[in-house]
Amino acid sequence: MNIASAKYYKDIRTEENCSINIVVETKQMSVPIDPANRHYQAILEWIAEGNTIEEAD
Amino acid sequence: MTKAAELAKMGEVLTNSQIGGRRNIVINGGMNVAQRSSSAVTGIGASDGYFTCDRWNFNTNGNSAGRLTMSQASDGPSGFANCLKLECTTADTSIAAAERFFIEQKLEGQDVQQLKKGTSDAEKITISFYVKGHDSATYTVGLYEGTSGRKIAATFPVTTSWVRQTVTFDGDTSGVIPDNNTAQLHLRFYLHAGSNYTSGTLGTSWNADGNTTQISSDGNSFFESTSATFFLTGVQLEVGSQATPFEHRSYGEELALCQRYCIDLNPASGGQSTSPYLMLGSVYNSTLVIANVSLPHEMRVAPTLILTGDAGNFSVVEVASVRPCTGFGVNGMASSGGGINWTCAGGGMTGGNAALIYVETNLRCIMDSEL
Repeated sequence: MNIASAKYYKDIRTEENCSINIVVETKQMSVPIDPANRHYQAILEWIAEGNTIEEAD
Repeated sequence: MTKAAELAKMGEVLTNSQIGGRRNIVINGGMNVAQRSSSAVTGIGASDGYFTCDRWNFNTNGNSAGRLTMSQASDGPSGFANCLKLECTTADTSIAAAERFFIEQKLEGQDVQQLKKGTSDAEKITISFYVKGHDSATYTVGLYEGTSGRKIAATFPVTTSWVRQTVTFDGDTSGVIPDNNTAQLHLRFYLHAGSNYTSGTLGTSWNADGNTTQISSDGNSFFESTSATFFLTGVQLEVGSQATPFEHRSYGEELALCQRYCIDLNPASGGQSTSPYLMLGSVYNSTLVIANVSLPHEMRVAPTLILTGDAGNFSVVEVASVRPCTGFGVNGMASSGGGINWTCAGGGMTGGNAALIYVETNLRCIMDSEL
């Protein structure tokens, strides 16, 4: 999976990160922080390659 | 044996043997469901993905220059209305050692416990499928088990006519498959491979020999010419040593099975969305709507929300105002559904109002929990 960018998304009530928005080719995705989700697993691999997730607004 | 006893015995056999109950472990083997795209997807080859027919994954590595078009085609042997069609659009005849691609369906561990893999009672497994191509060719079909890394494979021929191929593998007394919802048994059709995968003798019995015995060195490469095609349908994986007739399920049944892994929230027909009002929410403050989506089926895990366009293609309808969205994010998403937040940076909304999320064009809005 070719992840172009990744950014945390914050729960407005708890102020905690609740998901990660990523851009993959022409698609925008919102990925729940769930180790069983294949896109979250891909994000972890992407981080292991030296990339970082941008902080939430 | 009396007539009554004979009938009772027959009933027992029908109920308990291979021909009783649901036989096909594969989902969407008839290629009837294509939620992501029923039309052709071009330029496939650089990265993995689910592109057309549900549950069928294109898997690649090694950066082959080969490219293909994938589609759900209205073609098939007698009794089949659809198939998965691959057309080579860019050939790659200089195959690097690490190159490989295959078409795959991943099965959850909890759905293949009846194979009794890793026990002394391990069952034989029979795989049957219909294939054709542009010319005579040979490819490899195999099973890969994710936890122990054990695998088994066989070659199969392809001709220019639809032919049903059948392969029976022995049961594997090693490598217990965990009873869980992760990818455990992988059914693969290998169509292109370099020497990293073909340099050994094809492993036609269960083994953990590494990659070199995974794919036959006698096989063809799908990328050998731009005239290459590969058609596949009627895929069935069942317990036992006999290939029984393909188990046709209704479209509704098959769609329900597929929706454990993929749900299209915005189905389209003829280029127009048939349900442009995606979900109902409540305005939280001047720039944010919190919406909720209840999924029609429990999905495998909490799904990813995938938009084929950007947030600007979606609008918030609040009372009589329509405002373009500028961002989105799942919030509290679970396998049965949850929250999706939509941001309208322009502001102007009134907290407490109801709001509808609307998409005007033929964009896909997919919930994905695939393996």
